[in-house]
Amino acid sequence: MAHAHAHGHAVKRYSGIMDWLTTVDHKKIGILYLIAGGFFFLVGGLEAILIRVQLWQPQNDFVSANTYNELITMHGTTMIFLAAMPLLFALMNAVIPLQIGARDVAFPFVNSLGFWTFLFGGLLLNVSWIVGSVPDAGWTSYAPLAGTTYSGNHGVDYYVLGLQIAGIGTLIGGINFLVTIINMRAPGMTFMRMPMFTWAAFITSALILFAFPALTVGLAALMFDRLFGANFFDPSAGGNAVLWEHIFWIFGHPEVYILILPAFGIISEVISTFSRKRLFGYSSMVFATILIGFLGFMVWAHHMFTTGLGPIANALFSIATMLIAVPTGIKIFNWLFTMWGGSIKFTAANLYAVGFIPTFVMGGVTGVMLAAAPADFQYHDSYFVVAHFHYVIVGGLVLGIFAGLHYWWPKMFGRVLNETLGKLTFWMFFIGFHLTFFVQHFLGLMGMPRRIWQYLDGLGFNEMNMISTVGAIMMGIGTIMFLINVAASFAKPKTAAFDPWEDGRTLEWTIPSPAPEYNFAQTPLVRGYDAYWKEKMEGRSGMTPAEPIGPIHMPSPSILPFCMGLGLFIAGFGFMYAPDWGHFLGTPLTMGHMIGIVGLLITFTSMLLRSVIDDHGFHIEEAEILKDMGGKA
Amino acid sequence: MMKRWQFVKRLAPLMAMLALLLSACGREDLSALNPQGPVAEEQFGLMKLAITIMAFVVIVVFAICVYVIIRFRRRKGDNSIPKQVEGSHKLEIIWTVIPVILLIILGVPTVQSVFNLSKDYSNDPEAVKVIVTSHQYWWEFEYPELGIKTSQELVIPNNRVVAIEAKSADVIHSFWIPALAGKIDTNPAGNVNRMYFSAPKEGVYLGKCAELCGPSHGLMDFKVKSVDSASFERWTAAMQAPVALPSDPAIADAFEKKCLACHAVGDMGGPAFPNLTGIGSRESVAGILVNVEADDIKYKHEDTIYNNLYKWIKNPEAIKPGNEMSNQYDLTEEEIQGIAKYLSELTLDFE
Repeated sequence: MAHAHAHGHAVKRYSGIMDWLTTVDHKKIGILYLIAGGFFFLVGGLEAILIRVQLWQPQNDFVSANTYNELITMHGTTMIFLAAMPLLFALMNAVIPLQIGARDVAFPFVNSLGFWTFLFGGLLLNVSWIVGSVPDAGWTSYAPLAGTTYSGNHGVDYYVLGLQIAGIGTLIGGINFLVTIINMRAPGMTFMRMPMFTWAAFITSALILFAFPALTVGLAALMFDRLFGANFFDPSAGGNAVLWEHIFWIFGHPEVYILILPAFGIISEVISTFSRKRLFGYSSMVFATILIGFLGFMVWAHHMFTTGLGPIANALFSIATMLIAVPTGIKIFNWLFTMWGGSIKFTAANLYAVGFIPTFVMGGVTGVMLAAAPADFQYHDSYFVVAHFHYVIVGGLVLGIFAGLHYWWPKMFGRVLNETLGKLTFWMFFIGFHLTFFVQHFLGLMGMPRRIWQYLDGLGFNEMNMISTVGAIMMGIGTIMFLINVAASFAKPKTAAFDPWEDGRTLEWTIPSPAPEYNFAQTPLVRGYDAYWKEKMEGRSGMTPAEPIGPIHMPSPSILPFCMGLGLFIAGFGFMYAPDWGHFLGTPLTMGHMIGIVGLLITFTSMLLRSVIDDHGFHIEEAEILKDMGGKA
Repeated sequence: MMKRWQFVKRLAPLMAMLALLLSACGREDLSALNPQGPVAEEQFGLMKLAITIMAFVVIVVFAICVYVIIRFRRRKGDNSIPKQVEGSHKLEIIWTVIPVILLIILGVPTVQSVFNLSKDYSNDPEAVKVIVTSHQYWWEFEYPELGIKTSQELVIPNNRVVAIEAKSADVIHSFWIPALAGKIDTNPAGNVNRMYFSAPKEGVYLGKCAELCGPSHGLMDFKVKSVDSASFERWTAAMQAPVALPSDPAIADAFEKKCLACHAVGDMGGPAFPNLTGIGSRESVAGILVNVEADDIKYKHEDTIYNNLYKWIKNPEAIKPGNEMSNQYDLTEEEIQGIAKYLSELTLDFE
């Protein structure tokens, strides 16, 4: 393989669909995450609308009780795992390497593998709708309801295997970003000069690293219970139902910080940029983020105050939970004081970011209320909780994602989204959101439990439920308006400037929109926090390069990650149906086993090929880079 | 000390106003904002404290937010660069310390209340002991000291504390009477939870299942009926008295063979499914079909007790999808009518 060290002029670059299936370019993977996450967001949103239609009047019969439980289970699971997380990964992929002045992520192949396992896991989960055997034990899938005794069909199998496969993608994605941010920062980009979004992505990745293995273990145990008759969570055979609650929430609580921290990061970037001001209290923001991540692991049992853990556990977890309000409060005030004295421009992106602050505060204060265990005995599993977590997830995370998408859209696609339509969309979505969820606080306190298929007439729930449904429809219209904006933006040419907002502060705004394949023709030299802003203020138009122009080494595209994901999809599907489809040619193995084995063979063969094929990537030559830069040297 | 008192004095009218505002929310027999017993009152007190503190936080943030948005918005053609501020230690200390103080104000009563509400009355001779067992989708109430088992309707004396021992026969459910007390999960396999509450005011309170337990989770309602101590004595005696079978022998035969295979009345029948003794005096059938006089029918789920019983026995699946009674028996039209009539007249005279 002596020749492999030479510049690989036999450049493997695909075009069309093969380009997308084989890409290891973080920018393209970001777009793939955006498309897939966006698709699942629409699916989960449709499920939400159906839920709200069912609840718009008392004792409605729009969907059956069974279908209703399927809808709530799939809505929650889809939104958390298949919409929110991938959309965050979309922005992280699109932006993080650019913000730290890197040419790609640390492990481009693994990055692609993460996407494809996520996608195939998500597709497997949603195949359940087509097969007609849908998970229905809630997104939390508490045992024993999720066990085979009470959920006899394959619904929960889809949940277990779909999430397990999708979870692999998230875990390796998180590891990849950790390594990327530690190792691939441009010269001069010290940790305390990193943009806030990069910091948030860094902490989130660390949370993923520690939280997802808990989910993996829990799902594996539940899979053993369901597929192989084990009894981890089956009380009638000596298992323990409360054990699942613990495992799920040891993962589940950090998960909510995994979701919200990147949104905090986005908001920090957007507010700072559009206030033309440095982020107020940067170091305390970093510290607060780390603290939230740390405390996030010690509060899981506040989801279990009514489980019967006893007063000592309840008291401790109450206090620990309340403590999280302190670093969160620091962040809120830092954002407000970033705007204070600034010159605030209300672009669509900034509208979302500014709308985020009061909305998130409302979700945060109800969080502190929920932390008081004795009062939580009343709030728990009522619509109050539904209102609370939608305020933090939709009002926090989704507004954050919309802010980020409007903000970085030109960097991802070279086109600016329509500002007027963007602002209209914001108001439609924002008003719809508050209509939907504000009243739900009161519904819960007035005695309406969550996850109920019907409520009786005359209990005083009717009007508020109707308001809630109207709000949900407005949010649906808002989402469609955003899609129209996206479609309209693609009808326009790619004309966005390097720094289309003209107030960009960080490295991603120093390169073309969209960024070239190699991101930075020359790795920039970072001389301080808000690297680009600093150069601008000192009268320079761009960054000082840290290296001369030269050939850039690039990773080769590969179809193997796609094959590995596909293999896992087939394997998961096959093993699920092992008991159902009879034996394979008289062997003790069933048809389901055979399909499963074929799937695993595809995955393992791909892994073997990855190990034995020596691939050194290729180089983009100086001439091509110079051509991209417009001929100047 | 003086300062603290003044703070409380300033807070008091605010909290009173809040209480007035919130208690306008929801039905007296259902709303956690309109507590009818000491446990729910304690929880509501904590809620009011939390809401007051949180309202303060929200108002401060909103005020700063609105001020900033208006005052510092970019005017047309303004290209000035604002002063780049790194931060301010003084401000940052303020917005770290104030939340900590607010949390202490909330945290101390929270911890007190956690321990207060975990008091164990299970050995208190003054308390009425009730073993609550949840099933898909009904509630079993057993009074171990009195040897009484009933279902769907928990009758309690208004002058005593009720000590609950909660467990589940199948999946996890959660026992919740918003107007009287917060909820406690019912766990399977001997993992027993305890709680207590009392209902000094006589009346009927609505109870709910608060943990997803299957398709009919939302329909798994029950009632708590608080009566004076004399009525409670009469109820206990009536529950322990023998019950006569239907007078029509054909109906009696069907009832014995079909219904009593699972259900019990008086000292007859099986213990595994809802006990029907005194079902004619209950507020509802199957927890969800509310019994009213023929002239008072207002809502879809209300009807006369006879009609409710008839509907339920005729097709339980249509009332509570996935319940265990569906398709377990074969009854003729006459038998259904006869049994519904018999059950509707199976009353207890105790109020």
